Amino acid sequence: MISLKVNGKKHELDLSPDVPLVWVIREHLKLTGTKYGCGKGLCGSCTVHVAGKAVRSCQTSVGDAEGKEITTIEGIPEDHPLKKAWVKEQVAQCGYCQPGQIMQAAELLSGDKNPSEEAIIKAMDGNLCRCGTYPRIKTAIRFASKEGGK
Amino acid sequence: MNSSITRRTFLKAAGFTIAIAITPSGYKILSAKESEEAMGKGFSPNIWLRVMPDNSVIITVNKSEMGQGVYTSLPMIIADELEADWKRVKLEVAPAADGYRDPVWGAQATGGSSSIRHMYEPLRKAGAAAREMLVTAAAGVWNVPAAECEASQGTVKHSASKRTVTYGELVKPASALDVPKDPSLKKETQFRLIGTAVPRLDIVEKTDGSAKFGIDVMVSDMLYATVARPYAFGAKAEAVHDAMAKNVKGLKQIVHIDRGVAFCADTIEAAWQAKKATHIVWGKGADPDLSNETLAKSFEEYLPKDGVVARRDGDVQTALAAASVKLDARYYLPYLAHATMEPMNCTAHVQKDRCDIWAPTQNQTGTLMTAKRITGLAPEQIHVHTTYLGGGFGRRFEQDFVEEAVQTAKAVGRPVKVIWTREEDFQYDYYRPGNLSRIQAALDDKGNPTAWSHKIVCPSIFVRVFPDTMQKGIDNAAVEGLSNLEYDVPNVSVEYVRIDTPVPVGFWRSVGSSHNAFTVETFADELAYLAKKDPLKFRLDLLNKHPRAQRVLELAAEKAGWGKPPEKGIGRGIAYHLSFDSYVAQVADVSVDRKSGAIRVHRIVCAVDCGPVINTDTIKAQMMGGTIMGLSAALKESISFGRGKVLTENFDAYDLLRMSETPKIEVHIVKSDAKLGGIGEPGVPPAAPAVANAVFSAVGVRLRNLPMTPDAVLKALKVADGKA
Ligand code: FES
Ligand code: FES
Repeated sequence: MISLKVNGKKHELDLSPDVPLVWVIREHLKLTGTKYGCGKGLCGSCTVHVAGKAVRSCQTSVGDAEGKEITTIEGIPEDHPLKKAWVKEQVAQCGYCQPGQIMQAAELLSGDKNPSEEAIIKAMDGNLCRCGTYPRIKTAIRFASKEGGK
Repeated sequence: MNSSITRRTFLKAAGFTIAIAITPSGYKILSAKESEEAMGKGFSPNIWLRVMPDNSVIITVNKSEMGQGVYTSLPMIIADELEADWKRVKLEVAPAADGYRDPVWGAQATGGSSSIRHMYEPLRKAGAAAREMLVTAAAGVWNVPAAECEASQGTVKHSASKRTVTYGELVKPASALDVPKDPSLKKETQFRLIGTAVPRLDIVEKTDGSAKFGIDVMVSDMLYATVARPYAFGAKAEAVHDAMAKNVKGLKQIVHIDRGVAFCADTIEAAWQAKKATHIVWGKGADPDLSNETLAKSFEEYLPKDGVVARRDGDVQTALAAASVKLDARYYLPYLAHATMEPMNCTAHVQKDRCDIWAPTQNQTGTLMTAKRITGLAPEQIHVHTTYLGGGFGRRFEQDFVEEAVQTAKAVGRPVKVIWTREEDFQYDYYRPGNLSRIQAALDDKGNPTAWSHKIVCPSIFVRVFPDTMQKGIDNAAVEGLSNLEYDVPNVSVEYVRIDTPVPVGFWRSVGSSHNAFTVETFADELAYLAKKDPLKFRLDLLNKHPRAQRVLELAAEKAGWGKPPEKGIGRGIAYHLSFDSYVAQVADVSVDRKSGAIRVHRIVCAVDCGPVINTDTIKAQMMGGTIMGLSAALKESISFGRGKVLTENFDAYDLLRMSETPKIEVHIVKSDAKLGGIGEPGVPPAAPAVANAVFSAVGVRLRNLPMTPDAVLKALKVADGKA
């Protein structure tokens, strides 16, 4: 039995500890906002927070996440400045990469309330978007950092 | 087709309903009452809009949402003509049904940047008809002339008596009316939504993670499946040793399907484990030696062959022979993967008398037909549920992933979700075809081109997908942008040489234009320099018959500061292309690191003329996204082959453009009265040539192959230095 704490809720799961966290979150817990994109840590679609840090949940085994605080896109409050900024800037196109983008950006803003352009690019460069929403992601992060500072 | 279902839906449908009957001879707008009668005559009208007693308006969308914004732009068209209150508009995704076929194509599918082009007129008429009926109904209730009443944002007003009634309150009387034959459409000045930046209806779902993509589908009692597919193109399984797999906990069944071996289990991880534990002996395949080198060699061998003539103006050979100033260049472009961020997947449940498919599909009619072929069920027993698509770009027009899910589900008797890994997504794509072009041109003593000969060796997409369109053996996709070359040259010839290889090819965002814009526009640029003319001026002079082309070129150039010297170290290049009835011009500013060979794109200024504008924000987003995909292909993407198969497995070997490589992108929209153009694809084609032309302006080398990797740049610089 593995016990996981996701978005403040406890789950007991009967599975092997080496299953990648992304599949446990998505298919076992049915929190499908977290996406699979590459399984190799190359795209960022699966980004979640484990103990406050953005991690690629495809590169984290469920065993390693046991007992730690896990936050997924579903655990980000609706009025979070990033969610508001994403809507305001109309960032999403197909939308598939966006939960990962937002989770990555959330970590950035939690450590740096007013990130520079360089800091934004550095933090976000591991997250791919085939639809090409990068310019709007940048604008949205800037907007959210201003909002968040208020 | 499914008149019984439709009839039931109509009877159940509370509210005031408008249907459209799409028939081979066109479409007809019908009320619920008329629809009932029409069905008796064999039409199958389907509901497109419903005004509900609670004042909400439900609009059905027959196109797939893959990022391009149709779940917003199509409802906008109906809502605007209807004078609906946009805040009360809800959208409903159409099932696969005859009545939701595209009126131009006769199939329910999304592609070719055509959603608005094909749906604009019928949707406007549907909205306008409903508006007129609501106004007539209100006039009847008040007993005043309809001409004195006015529809406004979900209500009808009679200003003389200061009375107002909501659409919801008019549901009953409006339902009793006949549909006006020729409802009057709004004038452009009366539009409230069309032509503005309306926020996406799907934006919240796509921000909070609740949007359901195909891969997110959960059906009770569902199994997961993974498919082991042939090792190499055309290879067949000669032996399957699955004894070890059978010990995997959670494995339910191993099924042999047309495309390989499917492992079905309680969890996806168990399915994968079973696949890994199985040893499959594959036969040799179609061409065990197939590699980058053998493919390149084949293209070269085909180049001298006679092709089919796709266009012939004047006499190119004589003009070329007579000229003293000539240019002769070759271009080799790679195979590309779609790499949608959501890998292929599909969920299916096949029962005795019913089949359900949950699919991120661009092609509902194709999905329905695939399921029909496999299950033998009647179309009305097959239910296609279209989910959000995590990117499409043409990949999801194909049916391979649907076929796998339906065959597996049929064998297993339970719902099955088939998930592809990223590796499988790269290895079993229908690739953008690689291609080789040779272009020759001649200039007269004033620097005007007198001849343009373009020969392209390219695999055919259409021969597989739409064989009926292969007139005289020409694949229209392979020569798009060539056979309609707009430059005013007296002698033009376009020749197509079809090459068949084992590599499957398919539609990739902007299709033939994705490669032909590069060859034409870099060649035109080279010609301009050869003619000692400004590349912009050179193009404008050759486009006097195409003022829309001139306009986008001029606008992009003006906004980019063309003519003023760019900052030191920056090269500036321009390109334009017409595709899907839209003109796009782009000016690129780049710098080149001579040491590493890396190209850095600093800015792209883009001008687009797509005729009437529906949603300005969608246009900007699509131009931006298209440009970025174009840059990604231009700088980074190519599929690698070896040992008879695709070697590329994941983003480490096929990286996409990332944020750090993305330039500033400006989009300028040209307002024009031209016919409606598409918007999903036309942003892609001009990016690569604009960048290549800018590279030339920066460091004086011509890159004629893609992608323009640092290595390719270094090589070109070395060659240039050697000559100097
Ligand atoms: S799925 Fe984890 S980084 Fe791509
Ligand atoms: S929005 Fe489609 S992949 Fe990013």
